[in-house]
Amino acid sequence: MTTIDARGLSCPEPVIMTRKALKSKENRYTVLVDNVASRENVTRFAESQGFRVKLTEESGQYRLELSK
Amino acid sequence: MYRKKASESAEEEGLVNRSKEMTQIIAGGLVIGVIASLLVLFGNPSNMGFCIACFLRDTAGALGLHQAAPVQYIRPEIIGIVLGSTLLALAGKEFSPRGGSSPMTRFILGFFVMIGCLMFLGCPFRMIVRLAGGDLNALFGFLGFFLGILTGVFFLNSGYSLRRTYRLPALEGAILPAAEIVFLILLAAAPAFIHFTEAGGGPGAKHAALLISLAAGLIVGAIAQKTRLCMVGGIRDIILFREYRLICGFAAILVSALVCNLILNAAVGGYFRLGLAGQPVAHTDGLWNALGMYLAGFGCVLLGGCPLRQLVMAGEGNSDSTSAVFGLMAGAAFAHNFGLASSGEGPTANGKIAVIIGIAAVAAIACINTFRRED
Repeated sequence: MTTIDARGLSCPEPVIMTRKALKSKENRYTVLVDNVASRENVTRFAESQGFRVKLTEESGQYRLELSK
Repeated sequence: MYRKKASESAEEEGLVNRSKEMTQIIAGGLVIGVIASLLVLFGNPSNMGFCIACFLRDTAGALGLHQAAPVQYIRPEIIGIVLGSTLLALAGKEFSPRGGSSPMTRFILGFFVMIGCLMFLGCPFRMIVRLAGGDLNALFGFLGFFLGILTGVFFLNSGYSLRRTYRLPALEGAILPAAEIVFLILLAAAPAFIHFTEAGGGPGAKHAALLISLAAGLIVGAIAQKTRLCMVGGIRDIILFREYRLICGFAAILVSALVCNLILNAAVGGYFRLGLAGQPVAHTDGLWNALGMYLAGFGCVLLGGCPLRQLVMAGEGNSDSTSAVFGLMAGAAFAHNFGLASSGEGPTANGKIAVIIGIAAVAAIACINTFRRED
């Protein structure tokens, strides 16, 4: 499973990284972000690409688990 | 290591509620458009209910950073936007002191974005407000703005990055909100060393009452924080992701400001005039209107947001955005000290040279941070 570490990056970079990673056509990805705007944007993008997103949070860091 | 969150129960329908998001940003945009139009009724310059570039320029002048007497006033709208964002971010537990993502590059980008804005005579926000007042010169600005964003998106897609931010002490994130409180005190106390344009002396003398401007700023800052509204982000996201959320906010501002202006125009006159010549605080040089906004659009994409968004992110504790805001203010000071800013008469020779230098500098920053990554 590919992990995309977009912590410390602000939008649109995390979404661009996610889009690039999705080209490998896997069914599961993990995206790490650390701000709410990026969390929302990556989630919105992943859901628009047909992924379900599971969110877990730990002290201001977000792990988004994308699955088809 | 990650704690599960209650919101997982919403997983089946998706975590993002698209229709709620769209309703929020359209409603927010409509409110902002009405406020922008009403601020002119309450005393702001024509077609300038809001202009982040102009207002930062006026503030820089009031602080004596430039000596252009017609444009000196500490604009409470700016204070309100920053503090509105801070207050809502604190309430929503989103205040997050961070920075360290190429702060001086961001300062320089802010500097040249301002040079571009003062060539055009307005930030992207005022570009919309000018269109809503019938000023068709703003269409030339919009064309340049669009092309500038397109250029920036090319670099984003090629891997442009100003690198990561890091968590910082709370004080670092509180610098701009604290500075805005100091500005508010200076505005209210009006000591002799603060410069204010004298009545009738230019746009700086035209302003709504302090509390009205401050309240308007607080509301707009809070809405922009909640919705992530960004004039650059709207067009950028369409090109990048076919994502239409932010542009809906942009469009909503245009529609509501236009309707408000038409109503005010019918009632009292002077709020809408369709055409190119004789528009308030604007010039008719199409090429340089376009080139100015090309520079602004390009620079803003590299910054990650328009001047309004920089104020809002600085309010949320992002000290990189604070660097960009100080860069914008420094750019405004230089623009007036060196005769770079346009006037109603048109652009200046110095200003044209500065915009060309700015485009070259911003392109160099884009190239260096895209093609020479050494992580």
